[in-house]
Amino acid sequence: MTYKVTEEGNISTVFLNGEIDMDVTDKAKEVILPIVDSGKEVHLNLKDVQYMDSSGISVLIESHQRALEKNTKVVIKEVSKSVLKVIMMAKLEQILNLE
Amino acid sequence: MNLSESKDFLVSSSSLKEVRVFSRDVFEKINLPQDQKDELVLAIAEAAQNIVKHGYKGVTETTDRMEIKISLKDGDLEIGFFDKGKAVVPENVQHRKLDDIKPGGLGTFFIKQIMDAAVFKKDEKGWVNHLILTKKI
Repeated sequence: MTYKVTEEGNISTVFLNGEIDMDVTDKAKEVILPIVDSGKEVHLNLKDVQYMDSSGISVLIESHQRALEKNTKVVIKEVSKSVLKVIMMAKLEQILNLE
Repeated sequence: MNLSESKDFLVSSSSLKEVRVFSRDVFEKINLPQDQKDELVLAIAEAAQNIVKHGYKGVTETTDRMEIKISLKDGDLEIGFFDKGKAVVPENVQHRKLDDIKPGGLGTFFIKQIMDAAVFKKDEKGWVNHLILTKKI
């Protein structure tokens, strides 16, 4: 997994790239959670994530819940078809902020 | 089409990509819709992840290996997982309730959604756990 972060005002966009599994969840959390903790709105762009398993879904849930605690939000952008399918399998499409 | 292929992997989260590559290679030989192949790869990866995460909980590094065997005979797909981790108590293998939104506990749910059955069997070949996932395809 690789990533890129861009900033515009109070919004940080994290572009994740590759496959998100248990082996990279710590790395993903190390990127996302400190931004959430800073109170910024985080946009997670998943257009280049071709595969995500339950560990990756856990990162999305943890990021979403942490954002609620910090009175901000995580928005999932441009989710790929394969990742959307896994999100829907977990019945999270109404819980997470998908755009 | 009938086939049977197996491969062993180091028990480590770093092997999960290799598990997916092996699974995708096997399913490339089977005439199935891509969506179904992707689901089957996810189920296999989740079961392998469960071995790493739960079977070897608290173990930071091991030289142990796990084996995955994918067999197809007359439309019956059978995927076997063999490991030497902590013995699984099948009754304790449960996914969390979906309305209890929290990280974790989804892997087993995905497996049950995708596969027809998941059964732990006694193994005679020296493995501790032998999980069999089956699906009619």
